[in-house]
Amino acid sequence: MKKRYYKYSIVSFLIFTFFIFYYGLKEKNFYTPEDISIKKFPNLILNDFYTNSKTSFDDILIGSNYYLINIWASWCLPCREEHTYLVQLKKNSPIKIIGINYKDKRDNALKFLDRYDNPYSVILNDNNGTASIEVGAYGVPESFILNAEKKIIKKIIGPIDKKKFNEIKKLINK
Amino acid sequence: MKTKILIYIIFLFFAFSKYSFSNDLKLENKINKNLRCLICQGQSIYDSQSDFAESMKLVVKQKIESGMSEEEIYSFFKIQYGEWILYDPEFNTKNFALWLLPILVFLVGGIVILKKFGVSKKRL
Repeated sequence: MKKRYYKYSIVSFLIFTFFIFYYGLKEKNFYTPEDISIKKFPNLILNDFYTNSKTSFDDILIGSNYYLINIWASWCLPCREEHTYLVQLKKNSPIKIIGINYKDKRDNALKFLDRYDNPYSVILNDNNGTASIEVGAYGVPESFILNAEKKIIKKIIGPIDKKKFNEIKKLINK
Repeated sequence: MKTKILIYIIFLFFAFSKYSFSNDLKLENKINKNLRCLICQGQSIYDSQSDFAESMKLVVKQKIESGMSEEEIYSFFKIQYGEWILYDPEFNTKNFALWLLPILVFLVGGIVILKKFGVSKKRL
């Protein structure tokens, strides 16, 4: 009787641990605290991707009600998926899209734009990644949506997918 | 004599320049150890070699060189990324229980032990 009891308890313990690990390890453990504070986008001065001349964000963030600042790189795979959505946004929505080219090689970036189309009004260089840190980004891809007052109204960490694309459209067509 | 003084001056120069250099580096490392790498969570940016951490280290270096103090650098990152990035959280209304609970447990435990100990002392 006692032996049987042991057997059952051991088996149930193993099953219990199996499920703990099965669900525990599956869960994404990337934690980002919710940040509801509305911040102004910092006015950085970066080099233009094409002309290499110094450009400040104050000069670019003019003449539109909404801006999308997208950090991308040609070596970043999720950027390719998100790129089609950016091109669609450019075509159909009143939003100015600005690219920050993150730790990229110029030739590869040009090829990338050739192949997947260029939705950006302006592209700025961020060769060592410091500009992305200054604006509060995590890495590539990442997008900020600003309103006319240059305030960050939405921050998208990771690629823009169908769901986020619709969220953006809703936000700007409000 | 003259060469001796010259050597002495050169020695002093190197000694002090080295001193200031190591001081800057010390501060940089200290700040790096206190900032959380948000990509490889659980590591400080000092420990991490991810793209994110490497860029953060560069930014910290630039900030120190531009004359910002340690506190100013922390508050800069706090504004950009939230308090989560600091390894030394502040005492506030959201987390006061976390700060006070250990002290409370310690006090209650102490009282329990004292009471028991007091009883056993009487018995002795």
